[in-house]
Formats: sequence, C-alpha cells, structure tokens
Amino acid sequence: MREEVYSGSIEKIEVMGTEDDEDFPWIEEEEYRKLYRKMMIARKFDEKAFSLQRRGEISTYAPHKGQEACQIGAIFALEDDDWMVPSFRETAAFIQRGAPLEKIFQRWMGDANGQKGLSDLNTLPVAIPVGTQNLHTAGLGIAMSFEEDENAVIGFTGDGSTSQGDFHEALNFSGVYDAHSVFFIQNNKFAISMPIEKQTNSQTLAQKAIAYGIDGLQVDGNDILAVIKATREALEKARNGEPVLIEALTYRLEDHTTSDDSTRYRDEEEVEEWKEHDPLKRFREYLEEHGMWDEELEAFEDEAKKIVDEAANKALEMDDPEFDELFDYVYKDMPDLLKQEKEEFKKEANN
Amino acid sequence: MSKFNIVEAVNEALRDEMEADDKVIAYGEDVGEDGGVFRATEGLQDEFGEKRCFSSPLAESGIAGTAIGMSLYGFRPVVEMQFSGFSYLSFYQIKEHASRMRIRSRGDYEVPLTVRAPYGGGISALEHHQESPEAFFSHAQGLHVVIPSTPQDTYSLLRKSIQLDDPVVFLEPKKTYRAFKEETDKEKEVELEEARIVKEGEDVTLIAWGAMVPVAEEASEEVEADVEIIDPRTIYPMDFETINESVKKTGRAMVLHEAPKSGGFGAEISSRIQENTILSMEASVERVTAPDVPYPLYTLEDYYMPDKKRAVKGLKRVLEF
Repeated sequence: MREEVYSGSIEKIEVMGTEDDEDFPWIEEEEYRKLYRKMMIARKFDEKAFSLQRRGEISTYAPHKGQEACQIGAIFALEDDDWMVPSFRETAAFIQRGAPLEKIFQRWMGDANGQKGLSDLNTLPVAIPVGTQNLHTAGLGIAMSFEEDENAVIGFTGDGSTSQGDFHEALNFSGVYDAHSVFFIQNNKFAISMPIEKQTNSQTLAQKAIAYGIDGLQVDGNDILAVIKATREALEKARNGEPVLIEALTYRLEDHTTSDDSTRYRDEEEVEEWKEHDPLKRFREYLEEHGMWDEELEAFEDEAKKIVDEAANKALEMDDPEFDELFDYVYKDMPDLLKQEKEEFKKEANN
Repeated sequence: MSKFNIVEAVNEALRDEMEADDKVIAYGEDVGEDGGVFRATEGLQDEFGEKRCFSSPLAESGIAGTAIGMSLYGFRPVVEMQFSGFSYLSFYQIKEHASRMRIRSRGDYEVPLTVRAPYGGGISALEHHQESPEAFFSHAQGLHVVIPSTPQDTYSLLRKSIQLDDPVVFLEPKKTYRAFKEETDKEKEVELEEARIVKEGEDVTLIAWGAMVPVAEEASEEVEADVEIIDPRTIYPMDFETINESVKKTGRAMVLHEAPKSGGFGAEISSRIQENTILSMEASVERVTAPDVPYPLYTLEDYYMPDKKRAVKGLKRVLEF
C-alpha cells in the first residue's frame, strides 16, 4: 500500500498591475515617493561606487543594481526594534535602514570603522562568507522567541547560498525553536557565474522551506510593493514564532563584483531583457499610472547624485585608520601577549 | 568544599554560572534530558528548564552559528561539541564569525560564547573521537583556548570563560574526566592567560596540558632530576612569560602534547623559548608528541599517544644533551 503523506505548494506574490493593486493606495502616499527617492539614492550610490572603484578609490565593489526593490522593500517593512542581518550585497538595504552613506562608502573603501554604529540600528555588519550568516539570523530569532519579545529579524541571503549547509541548518533550527526569523533570498539568478538552473534541481528556492516545516513563499522581487507585502506578511508570522523563507525573484544587472566579467557566462540579450524589468523603471511607471509622478521626483535623480557625491567626498576625506587600530577590538581587554606583539610591530612600523 | 572529578567540576561550574546569570544557557547534542553523552550537563534541564538547557538538532555548525546569533541578542551560550573531532564542522562559524564580530563591528557587538568540547585520546574510542585540535583554534585569532587539567582549574576556568565577553573554546581532557577527585574551592578564582606551576624544579622545564599533566608528573618521578612542570591552562593567549622565566632558571625545556608534532602548539612554545631564553639554554627544546599521522583506530593508539615511557625518554634526551 502507498498513500500520500505530505504535499506542499508555494505561492507567488505580485502587486503591480494585478487585482491586489485595487485597494491603492495601501501605504501612505508620501511613502511611495520616499521609497522611490531611496531607490534612486541606492542606484546612484551603486554608480558612484563603481566609478570610485575604476578610479582606484575602492578595491572591490559588489553592485546591487537591479535589486533595489528587494532590499528597500524588505527593510521598509521592518520596524526599528526588528533586526537586520545582511549578506554582502545589501548596500541598498543599509541605506533604507538608515546607515549613513559616507559610512557605507568608508567600509567599501577598506575601513571597518564604516560599520561602527550599526548596533544603533539593530543591524549586523556585512557577512561575506556565503550563507553562513543565516545561522545568525536563526540565532537572533531563537533569542527573540526565548525572550518572548514581539520583534523579528530579517536575514538576507542569495540563491547560491541555498546550497550551503549553514542555510539548511538555519532553516531547521528556526523551525524547531519557533524563531522570529525571516530569511530573504534574493534570487538574482547567478552565483557569480553559476546559473540557478545548475545550482539546484528545485523548481523554486522557496520550496526548500517545506522540508523544514516552515512557510515559504515567492515574490516578484522587482515589484517593490509585492516585496513590502510579502515581507510584512512574513514578519507578522515571524513575530508569532513562525519563521518564513521568502524567495524574491530578481536579477543582478551588473557583474558579481568589479572583479568579475559577466559577459563570460551570460548573454547580453538576457541582461537587456531584464533591464526592461528594472525595479526603478517599473516603480516609476507605477507612480505615473497612479498620478503620483511629479516634477520633484523627475528632478530627484540629480539631487540623489549630489547627495551621493557629497557622501563619497566625505568618505574620501576621512583619514585612514592608524596602526594602533590594527590591534583594537580583537578582544575586549587586550591580552598581554597581544600588547607585547603590538609594541614590537609598532617599533618595526616606525623604523 | 566538595570533592569533584573533572566532569563533575564542569557540571558544577555550569550550574553555578546558570544560577548566577539567567542569560547563561547550555545546549548541544543530547545535552538536555540525557545530560550529554559524558553527563557534563546532567540535571541542568531539570533544574533550569528547557529554555536554559536543551538538546539541539544534530548540526555542529548550526549549534555554534545560532549561539553567535543568541549572543548578539544578549545571551551567554555555553554550547557543547559532543567530541572535539566533530567541532571542525563548527570551525568556520567560530573562526570567521565568533572571533571577528567585535573587530568587524569596531566594538559594537560581542560574542560571549563558550564552546565546550571533550578532547584527546587514549580511551579506545571510535575514529574522530580522540582528536586534539587546540592548535587549530589557537591559530584562529580572537579566541581564548582553554584546557584545564584538574577539577579545581576546570571549575574556576570554566566560570571565568563563561563570564568572559569574548568567545572561548574550552577543551576538556576526557581521558581524565573521572580519573581523580579533588577538593574544589568554589570561591577560588583562576585567571585566564595564567599558567600554573604544577611542580617546582631546577633542572628542566616540562610543559604539558590536559591529560598530559598526570603523564608529566609520573615521568618526572622516573628521572634523576628536579623537574619543573608547567601547565599553561590557557593555550592561547599563552602565558609564555612563566615558561620563559622557568627556562631561564633551568636552561632546558620539553613540551609534551597529544596533538601531532608539526604545527602543534609545542612548535610555538619551542620558538618562543628560543626567542627569549637562548642565552640561558643548555639544550634544544625537546618535543614529545603524537606523530604526524591521523589518530589511528585504537589497536594502534598506544604507539600514537605520548605516554610515561616516551616522556621519560624525552626528559633524558634533554637532560643529557
């Protein structure tokens, strides 16, 4: 005898141009404009960082162009007492969370002091090792559950990371301990050169939630309203001890980093096609359709460029950290062994 | 004062720290109802409830990584790696995240995490169950690596480790978990980064930790020399000063450890001794260690594990140099 013992399904959320959009406006009108402005600032940041890298002011930069709706929408849904766990491409998320632009530049310019102050925003510094940060998202969510707090944590991760063990362990632990965790996959279709079709045989990444007894859902990641809707829904569940895995479908319009050449592994045609779905373009069209586009927004691109340029200049004018800082913060209280070593290295550095 | 063996001292330290600070939680594989496979957490779940002491899913990286997340939210987790040979699955989280969170955030965030693991060989256990990984963790930067050798040090150092606002890897010598009991003074404080002079002597300095300390003591009785035995207790950052002072006095030194020779922490100790005491040295530093082979299945372990006989030969070599 055989019988079905389990079946699951995954839903996808879209808003723009669907019946869900009927009860427009579903956030306050001014919020739409604010969101667009943030997206534009993030876009200009990306372009500026790219040019600074070409000028040799930044060693390596990971562009987020095309993923602004994912990052800004997800963080828009977050409350101040919630937490954010980034991966490494979340510059737009940092911007929406309120991290000062000059400090974000400072970190990309190789100075960790750019990450100082993030604790005021309940936001962790970047985690570069792909997928490993998901366990911190799980741990924070478990802690919230244990403390019976009413907040939640959102952790970013990418399509490639869903092959990592830590990703799966994080989902499993979250399910077991009713973690207040939302895992937000930006499926931008490529892990450097590896297309999602070769990364996994799963039809969706969201369905990986099913194996861990938690909710999974898919969202159009280039539709900022859909992202907000999905993330709000997920956070609501997470606050009640039901962790959620969101897969946001998006596309990396630029290279993986400034060290990458994506023409080696993907067609220009595909990139051009996705440019048609550029989240800024789509949101602008939406605002136009709903009569919210105005001259101020039209002029904001130049304004955003100015804001970003000023921040970049501030970062460029910052002094590099001094020798002493090499040894700072390794421990809370510097061990004698390290104090001695610091003195020895300092002598060498001064000669 | 009560008498405890080493594993009982672990249990007492955990209990007293959990009592003192309700942010201290203990978890790991079989740590809850079962009290851990070595019973180190015995009774803690009954006493403090399932949210303070519990068995977690079977995933070492998951245990360490979630503990980092919980630390960032104000908890003070003490997690158990069932055997240190399985701790490598958590190595990445410990080395690249636990140890770096403070520096990465320029002091904004800290990870007051203690990772406990029974370590070491000589108990005829299965493959992967007898590893001595202290050198790996010592080379991770930003960690404290602690190995006690007595019930008193176990109790006092584990409490200190849990109280520390930085991550600690606390390796427990499982061969001597139940080897002997000792009067344990709960009020006694033992500082991290401070070596213990086990036995004073004039002729040679013998450095050993964990389950090698009793071997060192036995060996010292078999040579016609006055052996000074030093137990560093904190492997990293090690109290090299106490060791160097001793070698300046004795002029001779031997390191005895279970881990393989190349890249073992004995290599570091040996370098530090020659860097600091060359003018007092009468002989090159002797190392008695395991060979550079994987820990064997147990029919071969007697050849692998340093024992009294090899320690005595080592002492004789360094004394007769």
